[in-house]
Amino acid sequence: MSAASFLNPTRQTRVLPGFGLSLGYTLVYLSLIVLIPLAAVFLKTASLGWAEFWAVVTSPRVVASYKLSFGASLLAAAINAVFGLMLAWALVRYTFPGKKLIDALVDLPFALPTAVAGIALTALYAGNGWIGSKLAPLGIKVAFTPLGVLVALVFIGVPFVVRTVQPILEDLETELEEAAASLGAHRWQTFTKVILPILLPALLTGFALAFARAVGEYGSVIFIAGNIPMVSEITPLMIITKLEQYDYTGATAIAVVMLVISFALLLLINLLQAWSAKRTGRNR
Amino acid sequence: MKPALRTLLLSSVLAFGLGSASLASAQTTLLNASYDVTRELYKEINPAFASWYKAKTGKDITINQSHGGSSKQALSVAAGLEADVVTMNQSTDIDILVERGKLVAADWRKRFPHDATPYTTYSVFLVHKGNPKKIKDWSDLAQPGLSVIVPNPKTSGNGRYTYLAAWGSVIAKGGSEADARNFVTKLFRNVPVLDGGGRGATTTFTQRELGDVLVTFENEAAQIARELGAGQFDVVYPSITIDASPPVAVVETVVAKRGTATEAKAYLDFLYTDEGQKIIAKHWFRPRSEALLKANADRFPPVKAFKVEELLGSWSEVQKKHFADGGIYDQIVVNR
Repeated sequence: MSAASFLNPTRQTRVLPGFGLSLGYTLVYLSLIVLIPLAAVFLKTASLGWAEFWAVVTSPRVVASYKLSFGASLLAAAINAVFGLMLAWALVRYTFPGKKLIDALVDLPFALPTAVAGIALTALYAGNGWIGSKLAPLGIKVAFTPLGVLVALVFIGVPFVVRTVQPILEDLETELEEAAASLGAHRWQTFTKVILPILLPALLTGFALAFARAVGEYGSVIFIAGNIPMVSEITPLMIITKLEQYDYTGATAIAVVMLVISFALLLLINLLQAWSAKRTGRNR
Repeated sequence: MKPALRTLLLSSVLAFGLGSASLASAQTTLLNASYDVTRELYKEINPAFASWYKAKTGKDITINQSHGGSSKQALSVAAGLEADVVTMNQSTDIDILVERGKLVAADWRKRFPHDATPYTTYSVFLVHKGNPKKIKDWSDLAQPGLSVIVPNPKTSGNGRYTYLAAWGSVIAKGGSEADARNFVTKLFRNVPVLDGGGRGATTTFTQRELGDVLVTFENEAAQIARELGAGQFDVVYPSITIDASPPVAVVETVVAKRGTATEAKAYLDFLYTDEGQKIIAKHWFRPRSEALLKANADRFPPVKAFKVEELLGSWSEVQKKHFADGGIYDQIVVNR
């Protein structure tokens, strides 16, 4: 869209009418559902003095929980980026019996109540569980450790990468790969120089979504984490703990820190994505 | 609309839980906001109360129940959940309703017998059959290498009672505050998992088979030992423990608004009747009725117990000293 047509939107003919109405609706809706509640979080925190706020959000237990929450979320999103890409690839490029079923299974973590996922994962990975009992002799403890948190976060993040990468892969023409091959590229070169750059923006979007989801996750993690202070407490638990003590402002103070860090990280990922989209010459 | 059709419609609406103030005239309803572990108890109390009330007054009444973490429930009521009565597991959860907009009368403890606690329970130990680790008393829980399952004192009343029971067991035997702190620190070093609530801790101990001992309320422990995991577990009564009487109160602002003051009082009174006490005893809570307690002596062995207020100070002081952020509990678990 050129600058002139942007400044004068009524000139351009559109398929659907009602630009003013849509924009107004969008703004009101976003304000009511997103902006005002978030602003309330900041306002509530404002009743704390700066010194108090700082004391709450930098207490050692809370800082340990940031490390776990953000660290495990980033790692989980990274794992999902790699294996989600593989999953999407398998689903798009190969045919095999039960493909439709597996395709549907991918969405399950979206729909499942997270508490159910948490209980199921804990039952599997506890010392006496199916998988836990096999890992225990190797000295690997999953349930009730930070590793358990990672497992839960990987679980709930799976669909995000698969579902963002899948349509791009479907659009990707095999002719491109054939052309690369006919020009003498190895398969690895084709993958890194031809396929990956095209997929990168979508992959980053999936990564960002999986990360964002993981940071806020509570239900599935709380069962498997073990909730040991300084070791396996996630930040959302610290918020709930404050609420249990009727400490609304303390809870919102931690929430504000989570919001700010999450927003900064998502912004960074978005910039990366924009940069990679520009570099590969694809418009989003 | 034909009356029959109307009744059908009304009852179906009620059945879906949508009937509230507008339908109050059709049938009186009460909402009881309670904590997690009483779900089964009130499921049996409620119909018993309804028929008792019908026999007494000729009126129909329906009780709806809402369960959740005790403090969470208190917060919901403070935030406007229209509960006529609250039945919590800790008096701080009712005190908060006095502080927040006087939802409950300040003298709520005096409105019903036994400080408004219709039954009591104690923190006890649940161990594996035959007690292989020979756990007899609180001091045994601090031995190195033992694994102790307790709910998180930060999020669970059950957990707070466990912590205070351990602390008080030292004080009651003449120990100093420093001794108590030293002991509780050692005990919490042995805790591998801190579940959010009592039921979560029970699952960890019985289903995940984690831990040598579970510290929980007598009603939970006895039920597991005799019913859920019959033959797998034993209940151990320590030499002294904590009296964790769950308190009840009428939410004055709500009953005034809904016109249910009489019914709400009758409902809580019913808990003290023989019939109510019998159901309470059946669910392994200790009844207040001396006769019933005697009749069930095999289920409820005598226990030496202390009340928080008698030994450790008022609940608000205890809360501030031990469980507030940066309090003794935090110091213990952060540096353990």
